[in-house]
Amino acid sequence: MPLVEIEDLYVSFSQHDGLVQAVRGVSFELAAGESLGIVGESGSGKSVTCSALLRLLREPPARITAKRMTLGGNDVLGADSKAISQLRGRVAAMVFQDPMTSLDPVFTIGKQIAETIMAHRKVGKDEALQQAVEALRRVEIKNPEAVAKYYPHQLSGGMLQRTMIAMALSCEPDVLIADEPTTALDVTIQAQILQLIKDIQVQTGMGLIMITHDLGVVAETVDRVVVMYGGKVMETGPVEAIFENPLHPYTKALLNSIPGQTAGKQRLVEIPGHSPNPAHPPAGCPFHPRCPIATIECRQVTPPLEAKAEGRMAACIKVAA
Amino acid sequence: MTAPALELRKLTKSFPLRGGGLFSRGPAAEHIAVNQVDLVLPRNKVVALVGESGSGKTTTGLLALRLLSSSAGQILLNGEDITHLNQQALKPHRRNMQVVFQDSYASLDPMMTLGEIVAEPLAIHAMGALAERRDKARHWLERVGLDGSYANRYPHELSGGQRQRVSVARALILGASVLVADEPTSALDVSVKAQIVNLLQDLQADMGLAILFISHDLSVVRSLADEVIVMFRGRVVERAPTDRIFANAQHPYTQSLLDAVPVANPKARRRRSFLNAEEISSRTPRFSAADLEAAPLIDTAEPQLVALAGSHFVEAVVTT
Repeated sequence: MPLVEIEDLYVSFSQHDGLVQAVRGVSFELAAGESLGIVGESGSGKSVTCSALLRLLREPPARITAKRMTLGGNDVLGADSKAISQLRGRVAAMVFQDPMTSLDPVFTIGKQIAETIMAHRKVGKDEALQQAVEALRRVEIKNPEAVAKYYPHQLSGGMLQRTMIAMALSCEPDVLIADEPTTALDVTIQAQILQLIKDIQVQTGMGLIMITHDLGVVAETVDRVVVMYGGKVMETGPVEAIFENPLHPYTKALLNSIPGQTAGKQRLVEIPGHSPNPAHPPAGCPFHPRCPIATIECRQVTPPLEAKAEGRMAACIKVAA
Repeated sequence: MTAPALELRKLTKSFPLRGGGLFSRGPAAEHIAVNQVDLVLPRNKVVALVGESGSGKTTTGLLALRLLSSSAGQILLNGEDITHLNQQALKPHRRNMQVVFQDSYASLDPMMTLGEIVAEPLAIHAMGALAERRDKARHWLERVGLDGSYANRYPHELSGGQRQRVSVARALILGASVLVADEPTSALDVSVKAQIVNLLQDLQADMGLAILFISHDLSVVRSLADEVIVMFRGRVVERAPTDRIFANAQHPYTQSLLDAVPVANPKARRRRSFLNAEEISSRTPRFSAADLEAAPLIDTAEPQLVALAGSHFVEAVVTT
């Protein structure tokens, strides 16, 4: 049984000027112990997809529909709020980009982690605090007993993100969902946090969904990749195959536009135009206005995500199976 | 020989820390954000200033622009010392040095049209009649790749990349010779980042512009810069032509920065080892004076910038 199943997910938001279609028919699965990268630019729907999976969006204005959406075999869409909060933390836990806004400034780090533990386990206050210290030790925070007594503002960005990971892991979830966990961090701290997440994933065998715009982060951390654009999945496949032989024109363009791959001052390969407006997505393939090989058909037909090779799918009518 | 577009000499900025008030004993504690930074930005070149948060790179940019007053040292713009000019004397020089910041949303007035925003520097410097300024603003919007009709739009109607184009147009409309670009591509999506980097390259070549490119993004730096200056804890720890930095970094901090960059090749995965700031400081390179091509500048046990072959400088301890 897959840890996560998403089939034909649609998420829209009603706004004063109409309906914004953030996610338009997304499907993917995550197997137990697997690591999956969801890569896309702002507005691609990657974060909204995962927030919908944990029912973190306020409904309304959000409206979520799907043929099927499960977490650890439990139906997410039909679940009531009590059932959902049981799934959160125990089955799936999430780490966000900005740890400072995820933590309460008036409580100590230890107390906040302990509270998460007490919400999911029948343990007393003292034991929860003890477990919080252990959780901090596990994310390689030096002197966790002292750090547990700190308030969020006393920690650096990297330490805060470690704290968030400690909190997410404190209830031993089956899957960790990390939404741009290193985007706000310095490059050396980013490398440390990514290595920590990878190490913990290997040690515990938990599943990992890494949401990022950074193809380098994807290449360094996950087994399989989902490429999203304009609220849709453009391509999925094993990470090595995607980087070696991207199928979808968007994936190709993204990989080509990575700066600094070769030595020397040079012009970069740009993708002309800009990302689609989710309030008015283009008809047909969302990438067609920027696609170098688009034809009139691409404007008319929405390409289905279909198998093109062993373990690989792409949503492009120009890619041969 | 013509003077460089911008030169910083032993530029220093210290901020007072808490304490040191009227009734406190002893001198006030200071935090030295920028410590004796030397920097030469030649005309028609791109020099990248890299480092992590707290390294002093942004402060150095603000000091160079005279948006922040320095504690010591000199700022020379096209050979002229502007360190102590008052605001009025500085105004004509402001036309020559402009800035683009990371957050294009915060740096564009939401109540002004894009045409007004781009033309504003012309108005401030009383250049041309209204109609002339309007035409010039349109021309610049087109030059940065936006349609002239955008002149009537407002910042919120644009994407991040488009707003950054507007910031570039506003910065360059006065014909500046020096552009300080502080993380101009950091908030942009991958597919748009390349557009802005290319735009800066094109304008640099067309206008003979000198760009001080402040960034933590080493992959962009590699494609854009002629020379890289690495800052760590307020000091310049290494300076070299871009290719040399990437091929042959000498300072442990530069090495750890380069090592940390994620590699877009799943087959090249590896475990990394990390140094903390103390470990980096304790691994400052050591050279014997006899091994150096040029004699060290000062006779001291303190780390100093020493010259290696190929216009490569690294902070090192020189032993006799």
